[in-house]
Amino acid sequence: MKKPVLEINNLQTHFFTDRGEIPAVDRVSFSIDEGEVLGVVGESGCGKSVTSLSIMGLIPKPPGKIVGGEIIFRHEQKNKQVEENLVKVSKRRLRQIRGNQIAMIFQEPMTSLDPLYTIGFQIIEGVRNHRAISKKEGRTIAIDMLKLVGIPRADEIVDEYPHQLSGGMRQRVMIAIAMACDPQVLIADEPTTALDVTIQAQILELMKKLNKDKGTAIMLITHDLGVVAEMCDRVVVMYAGKVVEQGSVRTILKEPKHPYTQGLIKSLPKMDKRNQRLYSIPGNVPKPGSITEGCRFAPRCEHAFERCFKENPDLLEMSEAHTCRCFLYEKKEVETTHA
Amino acid sequence: MPKPLLEVKGLKKYFDVTGGVLSRKVGEVKAVDDVSFTVYEKEVLGIVGESGCGKSTTGKALLRLTEPTEGQVIFDGKDILGLSYDEMRKMRRDMQIIFQDPYASLNPRHKVEKILGEPLIVHGIGDKQERLKKVREILEVVGLPGEHASRYPHQFSGGQRQRIGIARALIVNPKLIVCDEPVSALDVSIQSQILNLMEDLQEEFGLTYLFIAHDLSVVKHISDRIGVMYLGRMVELSDNEDLYDNPLHPYTKSLLSAVPNPDPDVKKERIILQGDVPSPSNPPSGCAFHTRCPEAMDVCKQVRPEFKEYSVNHFVACHLYDETVKN
Repeated sequence: MKKPVLEINNLQTHFFTDRGEIPAVDRVSFSIDEGEVLGVVGESGCGKSVTSLSIMGLIPKPPGKIVGGEIIFRHEQKNKQVEENLVKVSKRRLRQIRGNQIAMIFQEPMTSLDPLYTIGFQIIEGVRNHRAISKKEGRTIAIDMLKLVGIPRADEIVDEYPHQLSGGMRQRVMIAIAMACDPQVLIADEPTTALDVTIQAQILELMKKLNKDKGTAIMLITHDLGVVAEMCDRVVVMYAGKVVEQGSVRTILKEPKHPYTQGLIKSLPKMDKRNQRLYSIPGNVPKPGSITEGCRFAPRCEHAFERCFKENPDLLEMSEAHTCRCFLYEKKEVETTHA
Repeated sequence: MPKPLLEVKGLKKYFDVTGGVLSRKVGEVKAVDDVSFTVYEKEVLGIVGESGCGKSTTGKALLRLTEPTEGQVIFDGKDILGLSYDEMRKMRRDMQIIFQDPYASLNPRHKVEKILGEPLIVHGIGDKQERLKKVREILEVVGLPGEHASRYPHQFSGGQRQRIGIARALIVNPKLIVCDEPVSALDVSIQSQILNLMEDLQEEFGLTYLFIAHDLSVVKHISDRIGVMYLGRMVELSDNEDLYDNPLHPYTKSLLSAVPNPDPDVKKERIILQGDVPSPSNPPSGCAFHTRCPEAMDVCKQVRPEFKEYSVNHFVACHLYDETVKN
């Protein structure tokens, strides 16, 4: 049995705006095991990015604030297992963890590198913050990292600036920066969305290799179910700030239970079938905070009944390691227990 | 045999690169470099390619929204590149465009009735009352309530805005619509709504689409025929099924194999291309793909392959399929 390295319990991140308090992340719980790739799937505004920023302690305050829940980070310190709650730890301690043990890759490779510093400097910067090394050692590390992520002419690129590199190369540099301290957890927020398919294939391959060779656990945030199928071991599906379904990649993609997950998978155009009419989920993605009562998906759900609009369903266990937040299955459960 | 609606012959679009104090021309970017294809009546021709391959420029050059450098664009039997500004404007009643970004392509200061009424004014259709009636009708056609005509764009979601973008193209009753990445800015659940709408409209109004996208599964879903572009050139053009079942060009092969499949049971042989797309300001000699091609030969570095019909309706530009080169 693998141990979870990161455990999120009932996380609530709210934004305080002119429109009132908006629960962008509403009691979200999931965990990431050692060395696994966890996919977090959802459409825009479902809270997947806010969840990852909460883990990193990067929520802008104000207007954002973690109002409840905990983020437990388990790791080894001086040969002892330590548990730390990232919501409670001091800023200083969080800085020690961030970038060192938990690192993040952002979506936009074009804007997340500083144009005024060399590639080498930006890789070493993080390492030098966490470890006492000389500039010379740092340079060797930077070159090694660039080689690791498959950048040719690493010893020259190390002295170049971001504008001299293409989008795919910049994303490789971002990965190099994130991996430089050998983190236990890597959070990748839509790492390939801005890239072309052939470059995306290269980057995914690289992340898979790092996951296997270094045993880094990856939390992969994406909206592309194809990427999920390629990369992930388990999947968390989010909708309007809540986890609606969770399970292994096979169960979620092959036998999804929640009407939202089912609709999402059915609405994808398939490569091997043609010209069938696409299924589509009616309505629009709700604005965060616009639905306060009942199941968030009820207004768009074709199975919705009265209760769905009034009460919020709990996450129900469907089978081992497969949970789903829907009243449809509660009913069946009751029936079977009565029978 | 269906009638050709649009014929493109040897289309080129070069952008000048200027530099120095006097902004003299120092080079050119060959965004579209000798592209030819035909779009038949009531068909959907998909064009795919990676960013910077010139697919959007091709779409814009067809409508002369950007002036082509060279070539012929024959629409409905007329060479539109010879038309004057006014004649071209009238011509656009039959050829419309839908843009990629529904957030940027609608004027935030105009109400929907003004946005949709504008094409009618330009083409002198109806009086004020009739125009408003038409705007309401077209809103219903694209699945929005007619009374939304008095709203502003910011009051709509991304999917609804894209519906307005479609309505704007549709309102003058065109023959051809160039769709420039119409669904790539939308969420998956909204994307399928818009794709379905576009298919319905095509059937209802007998439209012809030139559908430009980078997402292969979307293009595959909607198109009858598909053209693949790389660095400003068309490298392969064929029937939908034929292209996916039997891709010829090494670039098409690798592109198809790079698409992640949401079915976890499908395990496929993946061709991972090395390197990046070269810059179109300095494209490689010969075949533009030879720098990344797994099957490149000596001849590929020197001679640009011709775009030839390999089998019926299956065109490819690759030396591998050129008998004279092989022997």
